[in-house]
Amino acid sequence: MKNKPAIAFLIAATPACAGFTLALFPQARLPIAAAVAYAACCFFIVGIQSRVLRWANTPVPFRIPTTAGQQKSLAWIRPAKLDNPATGIAATGRMALEILCFRSLFRNTGARITKDRMIFRESLGLWLAAILFHWSFLLIFLRHLRFFVEPIPAFVFWLEKLDSPIDVGFPHLFVSDITFLAGVGYLCWRRFADPAVRYISLVSDYLALWLLLGIGATGVYMRYWGHVNVAGIKQFALGLATFSPTLPQGISPVFFAHLFLVCVLAVYIPSGKIMHGAGVWLSPTRNLANNNRAVRHVNPWNAPVKTHTYAEWQEENKDKLKSAGIPLEEDDV
Amino acid sequence: MSNELIQIKPHPPAGDWTETKPDFRKGTWCYSATPQNLAYLELPNPRPWQPSEQDWKLPENWKEILLTGMKERLEKYRSFRLFMDICVRCGACADKCHFYLGSGDPKNMPVLRAELLRSVYRRYFTTTGRMFGELAGARELTEDVVKEWFYYFYQCTECRRCSVYCPYGIDTAEITMIGRELLNLIGCNTNWVLDPAAKCYRVGNHLGIPPHSLKDNLDFAVDELEEITGVRVDVPIGKKGAEILFVAPSADYFVTPHYYTLLGYLALFHEIGLDYTFSAYASEGGNFGLFSSHDLMKRLNAKIYEEAKRLKVKWILGGECGHMWRVINQYMDTMNGPADFLETPVSPITGTRFDHVRSTKMLHIAEFTADLIHEGKIKLDPRRNDHWRVTYHDSCNPARAMGLLEEPRYILRNACNHFHEMPESTIREHTFCCGSGSGLGTDENLEMRLRGGYPRAMAVKHVKEHHDVNLLACICAIDKATLPPLLEYWVPGVEVAGVHELLGNALVMKGEKPRTTDLRGQPLQTAEEEPAHA
Ligand code: SF4
Ligand code: SF4
Repeated sequence: MKNKPAIAFLIAATPACAGFTLALFPQARLPIAAAVAYAACCFFIVGIQSRVLRWANTPVPFRIPTTAGQQKSLAWIRPAKLDNPATGIAATGRMALEILCFRSLFRNTGARITKDRMIFRESLGLWLAAILFHWSFLLIFLRHLRFFVEPIPAFVFWLEKLDSPIDVGFPHLFVSDITFLAGVGYLCWRRFADPAVRYISLVSDYLALWLLLGIGATGVYMRYWGHVNVAGIKQFALGLATFSPTLPQGISPVFFAHLFLVCVLAVYIPSGKIMHGAGVWLSPTRNLANNNRAVRHVNPWNAPVKTHTYAEWQEENKDKLKSAGIPLEEDDV
Repeated sequence: MSNELIQIKPHPPAGDWTETKPDFRKGTWCYSATPQNLAYLELPNPRPWQPSEQDWKLPENWKEILLTGMKERLEKYRSFRLFMDICVRCGACADKCHFYLGSGDPKNMPVLRAELLRSVYRRYFTTTGRMFGELAGARELTEDVVKEWFYYFYQCTECRRCSVYCPYGIDTAEITMIGRELLNLIGCNTNWVLDPAAKCYRVGNHLGIPPHSLKDNLDFAVDELEEITGVRVDVPIGKKGAEILFVAPSADYFVTPHYYTLLGYLALFHEIGLDYTFSAYASEGGNFGLFSSHDLMKRLNAKIYEEAKRLKVKWILGGECGHMWRVINQYMDTMNGPADFLETPVSPITGTRFDHVRSTKMLHIAEFTADLIHEGKIKLDPRRNDHWRVTYHDSCNPARAMGLLEEPRYILRNACNHFHEMPESTIREHTFCCGSGSGLGTDENLEMRLRGGYPRAMAVKHVKEHHDVNLLACICAIDKATLPPLLEYWVPGVEVAGVHELLGNALVMKGEKPRTTDLRGQPLQTAEEEPAHA
């Protein structure tokens, strides 16, 4: 398929355009905006739930952690407790490191072959961008609670304080807005600039990035330049959250674009790769202890197989065994 | 030096990866399994065919078989289902694969290798794939796709290096294993995997050594060891009531340089007076079933516990082998256990109780020997290895499916005076594969093997240039078979040995004569006047 980025861009542009268009029809705004938001929400929740349940209901027949350090064996050899966990608790620690710090990405090195050498270099750009993007996203998501909850929870104020350590500009500049865009921007750039990554990319990979960029751009615009009717938007959001949607006048068209982009992202998430956020918790190469030889792992469907039994084997090899003087099993003779 | 192989195109071709087809040129694929081997193992669709031919003689309903097989495995393996779903195509795994590095073929990037299967998964098992087709990264299952699977799933050594770096632990080795399992359902398999598997099933070991030849080989080893050390050892086979059953990869009995490791084991067992036995029925620790299907793995592995039970041993000791230990560490107890008829291994020499193997009851010989050295129960004279400047290659499976990293190093440091590590990015969990694992180590596949082994070879070259290294030690039978030709091609002048060969060289035995040669029969650097002291 040619022009994957462009196709993805068109797909991502549709909700944005729809948002702008909707703003032209005052009568239709409330019912359509509310309907889309509710539908997306349902889709999101049901979709994620069914996907996670399907994973969770699929058995883990074998305990197959990828070991990334010394095992626990002899008492005097120091094991790598987190990279090669020997207990459930240690495996939990490994998962925490993976989910909070992206441990595995932190190992990343770039490898290259020159004429007669292999060259490795530290390559932490991806790790840094991923950390920036994910943590900023979480922060921004939590900050948005100020729109959906009344009274605004105290921790939201705390987070906002944390997020704007220096008082510049008005409204205050949030660091997470910058790091979010920087992170997504780098991921985007990388997908285009690295020929190998570009080669493996699908339409949906670009789509996710365009949606995130669109959401970020419209959000940032509204906060710093658009002078939008924040109180009105909050009224709408609160209305949605309390199942009695209302829509005051004077809401910026950009808001509808923002809203629809978020809705499309919410619909895309359960069926696409963003499910890695839930999947990583269940990854059998990471969330299990490497203690197979100490604690037996049970396979619920342990397949019955045909084997070549000792009795059959001895029968077939009796003469050879006798001539070699290897003792026979008397009972089978 | 031969450099023509490393004219690697650093950039993927223009266009979409779905548009290219594999080129079955000589040197990059393995011959098909013979109908006899398939028939013997009762596997489907035995027939003469070769991957280079147009017509693969697939069964009529091959597509249905594959899709049903996929469905079944999606329901049985969380790993498979999850790995099909959550890859974000970040490419962190891409330049981790030795086959990608050595061939430049973008479909050897682990992520794309997995996409070969994932694209089909999307088309038949996801709603978006069914609805949006190509737009959702889905594609039809065609005969060309089957050929592509075959080509690339037999260009993956299931080494798990990619899995170490993937942020979600996606293990392309696991995907390759399932991919090969699927191919097996329609009779697309390779002889280098199924021939040893059939022999192991029928005769007892991969090389097909029948019981009397096994006995002859071991007797021969006893004579040879006596010639070198002056000590005559006893090698029991099938001895009932022995304390320990010893299981090694069969190459150790027969092939060089593995054979010198066998001499090392025999010397060690004699010196410490171990009450053990070999078995002719379970004369193979390796398991080529692992490279074919979970079921076949289980069928071959079952012998070890069955034999341990019959011989009424207390526990099992395993020799130097890589994939054998993947099977023992990750699958044996689950598949063929519980081994409740055995006891938790306790070293009869040091009294150490090996609690970390209390369920499987099978101990790695490097763990066993490291304990002996640590407790001061054996005398070593490392000067006898002074003609070797040694580096250590972590085999993929002990490194990334077990974490056996320090034990062999501890042995080497005690048995050798000159030990040098390769660069950090190429050892321990980062270790590079020999390029011939998982049943790819056959001659007709030589070009691919040399390419896949290139990163490992370059790391060896590094220590050769900086530390004059002339020996690579390892604990894997496949390494011992395939690294010598690899190193001869890329880094001539570096030989390959097992850890217990070097241990055997250094081992000071009671009643031995002054050693003039090592276990290979090569003269020592300084001949000994009288028995040395540790
Ligand atoms: S590192 Fe993992 S998530 Fe990233 S492309 Fe490779 S398999 Fe996919
Ligand atoms: S398991 Fe090893 S050979 Fe296979 S794709 Fe991963 S890195 Fe490559």
